[in-house]
Amino acid sequence: MKTYRLRFVIVAILGLALGLTAVPALAQDGVVSDDAVNAVAKDIYCPVCENTPLDVCPTQACADWRDLIRTQLSEGKSPQEVREYFAQIYGDGVLANPPRRGLSLIVLWILPVVLLLVGVLLFSRYLSDLRAQTASAPRAVTVMTASAPTAVAKSDPAARDDYVARVEQELQKG
Amino acid sequence: MQETVPTTQAPPAEPSARRSLRWTTLAMWAGLLALLALTGWGLLRTTAERPAAGQPAPTFEMQFYDGYGWEGRPLADLADMHGQIVVLNFWASWCVECRLEADMLENSWRKYRDQGVVFLGIAHVDTEPKSLAYLSEFNITYPNAPDLGTAVSRKYEITGVPETFIIDRTGTIAHVQIGPISERALHGIIDGLLGQGG
Amino acid sequence: MIADFGYTALLFAFAVAIYAVGAAWYGRRQNKPAWVESARNATILTFPLLALASGALVYLLVTGDFSINYVWQVSSRGMPTYLKVTSLWGGQAGSLLFWNLLLAAFTATAMARKWQEDKPLMPYAIIVASFTQIFFLGISAFVENPFARLPFTPPDGNGLNPLLRHPGMIIHPPMLYLGFVGFTIPYAFAMAALMANRLDDRWIQTTRRWTLVAWLFLSLGLILGGRWAYDVLGWGGYWAWDPVENASLMPWLAGTAFLHSVMIQEKRNIFKRWNVFLVVLTYSLVILGTFIVRSGVISSVHSFAQSAIGPLFFGFIVIMFIFSAYWMTVRREALVSENHLDSFLSREAAFLYNNFLFLAILAIVFLFTYYPIFSELFTGEKGFVGPPVYERALAPLFAVLLVLMGVAPLTMWYRTTLKRLELAARWPALAALLVIVALFALGMRSWGALLGFWIVAFSTILTLIEFWKGTRARMRKGEAPWTAYANLMARNRRRYGGYWIHLGVLVMAFGIIGTEIFQQETQIRLQTGERVALGYYEAEFKGVSRFPGPDDLLITEAQVDVYQNGRFVTTLTPRTELYTRTGQPMTIPSARSTVAEDFYILLINWEPTTANAATLRLYLNPLINWVWAGGFVFVLGTLIAAWPDPRDEKVRVARQERLVVSAAD
Repeated sequence: MKTYRLRFVIVAILGLALGLTAVPALAQDGVVSDDAVNAVAKDIYCPVCENTPLDVCPTQACADWRDLIRTQLSEGKSPQEVREYFAQIYGDGVLANPPRRGLSLIVLWILPVVLLLVGVLLFSRYLSDLRAQTASAPRAVTVMTASAPTAVAKSDPAARDDYVARVEQELQKG
Repeated sequence: MQETVPTTQAPPAEPSARRSLRWTTLAMWAGLLALLALTGWGLLRTTAERPAAGQPAPTFEMQFYDGYGWEGRPLADLADMHGQIVVLNFWASWCVECRLEADMLENSWRKYRDQGVVFLGIAHVDTEPKSLAYLSEFNITYPNAPDLGTAVSRKYEITGVPETFIIDRTGTIAHVQIGPISERALHGIIDGLLGQGG
Repeated sequence: MIADFGYTALLFAFAVAIYAVGAAWYGRRQNKPAWVESARNATILTFPLLALASGALVYLLVTGDFSINYVWQVSSRGMPTYLKVTSLWGGQAGSLLFWNLLLAAFTATAMARKWQEDKPLMPYAIIVASFTQIFFLGISAFVENPFARLPFTPPDGNGLNPLLRHPGMIIHPPMLYLGFVGFTIPYAFAMAALMANRLDDRWIQTTRRWTLVAWLFLSLGLILGGRWAYDVLGWGGYWAWDPVENASLMPWLAGTAFLHSVMIQEKRNIFKRWNVFLVVLTYSLVILGTFIVRSGVISSVHSFAQSAIGPLFFGFIVIMFIFSAYWMTVRREALVSENHLDSFLSREAAFLYNNFLFLAILAIVFLFTYYPIFSELFTGEKGFVGPPVYERALAPLFAVLLVLMGVAPLTMWYRTTLKRLELAARWPALAALLVIVALFALGMRSWGALLGFWIVAFSTILTLIEFWKGTRARMRKGEAPWTAYANLMARNRRRYGGYWIHLGVLVMAFGIIGTEIFQQETQIRLQTGERVALGYYEAEFKGVSRFPGPDDLLITEAQVDVYQNGRFVTTLTPRTELYTRTGQPMTIPSARSTVAEDFYILLINWEPTTANAATLRLYLNPLINWVWAGGFVFVLGTLIAAWPDPRDEKVRVARQERLVVSAAD
């Protein structure tokens, strides 16, 4: 079942990556639509405001930057080039999706993957150890047959299923 | 009624369990201390004060706008201007108050440029087309550079524009002005600095 | 005069809290129960005192006494009365007083209960809770004094920030505060258990309902916050992965992990150390989150203005974290329980997988939220992490979590065979596959959406089967279907309330997948009479009207006729509101909501809106209303799960007796 889980995760990741590929088309007639500007502005954060992307930021400075985006797009630059231009002038920090270089590569890409893998490894080793330990050590089994709990257990079919199954297990063990 | 199968008391934590216990405890403390250190440092940063008069002026690199270089150079550091008096002015094309002092700054530059005084303009979080338009609107000729990556603004911890820092020949800040500076104040300070040390 | 009265009450509460800590400490050391009783009464006393102080501040806000600094900051003559009341939590100083009020209320309630067999925990619980009060009351009394005066009396106040004048915003902070403050009590009891060296699960049982209620309020706060953002803030979304949003999400994640993992401890009496750690983690994240919001360490649109409380708060955090870590370390041997795991497919294992996933999500959210600090430390640049980064990293984890949510009820305590699991999951998986095939046949091509919908369908079917199994078992004994169902719910509130919560989550997931993957938007400048199309909708711009609103508001409203498949459906009125005094603009969307989607319009000011032309941004948000519906189901489920059950008491007492007997063996 560990392979099940791993397969699942891989498929999930691939699936979502493919699903989130909506790239807006640019008007090629020289007039840059608001939509094209928004598509780029959405991914750039206002360098002076607090955490506001350029497409919703209300200040004059932001309006200037949107104009700059529009100008650059009309000059034929691709959205990626415009984003890189902004990163160059204002620092990588303004991009919602920081480029894969330097610190952001380490902290945002490598570190999560490493942490996750290390976590999965440690976790599965912990579980295996625990299971091995449980199999080898005899331990207390308290069958809950006190009167009140029994009344509840008998009237709760799900718990009763559990209860019955457990009793069966114990009986099998002999 | 109660039924308990007689138990075998589990042995006290075996060596391997002890070791993992120590490791997890150690990891917890290490993580905790790292987090506290990081947060504390972050807090210190938010309370950082702008450099004040009497403190050395932080040096920085400038890539001047085309045509707005210093001594014909497209690149320079503040440290290169050691030995001259530097008037460092932060502005932006979208800043209304900056316009009030733009003419005065240019005139002062023309007056003092042959006396060993450099005027530097740093465009704070601005766009190049708008910055250049602003500069030509006021016929500004002194060196101007964009604040790439907002590095300079952060070094000087500016909280808005305009802000002006007057730096003496030794690279020490002589005066900090938040908001527009008057001609009288500016010329007074420069004259004073020129008077000392010749 | 009223202000002085309020401030005196506040100071008095501060002194009382100090006394409580001292008396509890002394009573414990010298073994003098009378002192501990006195300390307990003192903590109860903080509540009426804070009620008086808060009442005084509200009175000042409503009557508009602008000589008081805080009143001047957040209130104004023109504001309607209900807003004047809610401005209690509109600014830093007032919201801290409000926080103190809630803290006192919860502490008093917790302390006023009959302690009985928990008596040994009492002094320690008092010390921990009251120490927290000392900190927050101290801040309110000496650093952010809501009753501080101005040297003169201005004629009018600034009024509440426009963003805070919306009904959603009114209820969102109190909900969050209730959640945050609510976790103080389970934490205090956990620490008390550690300090008193009473490491059975009494503290869990005692605080179980507290934890659930605090978690409920936190969930409500998050959902309402999203709804408010969508309705009012005008950026077409409901969650931006902003640091302050994350600050309330992180304790929620840890709290959810805790809620699940205590079930293992209650059933099998294992993983004690882990549960203590989780509750400490949850509370620590509450405190850390509050610190982030109020200190400006990580900048955000929500941040309060920076003030002196940053360093003090940091000091509190240091003390509190080290205190907690210390006691967990000191008691680590005693906390080691005979952890058992028979099978990777057992219910215990399922809960552990749940915990692992929630903590993985928490770790990633934490890492990304803290990223700006890392980047500033190591590169000098303030880095930023936007929604795409979070979504990319978290989507797979949430997907696996949703599958686990459906499959876990199939597992059994101790062990389950793989065969049994496969058998139970087989036809739901196939049925879900049929749903996907149908969607594909209807034209859906996004693999991400198809996978997501398969997961939602699969887990929903499995959860519904649980209800069906339970009802059918009761029906076999002769009960009519609805009676069987009602009794099933009544007798097993926690389990089936939990399943309702899971259903709520699945419904929300359904809505989130729809709106995130299939959202369409466009922005265009229209002249009067012009139309724009989006999906199968058309919008025709009819005109603009401008009129004053209540208080100092100036409203610019556009009329837009909406056509669906060619047929007229409604007129939407997106508008911008300008508070002329502060010059602050608000963009209020207008939307047509149906089961299938929202057609949502904003009036944009990129170019000024004239009488004949306006820039409109339109969104088509499929399935968005399922998110709110799911939220409603979620809350309902939590209420069911939290509702007290007299049978629970009988079980608890019987179990307690059994533990006592076996301890005596």
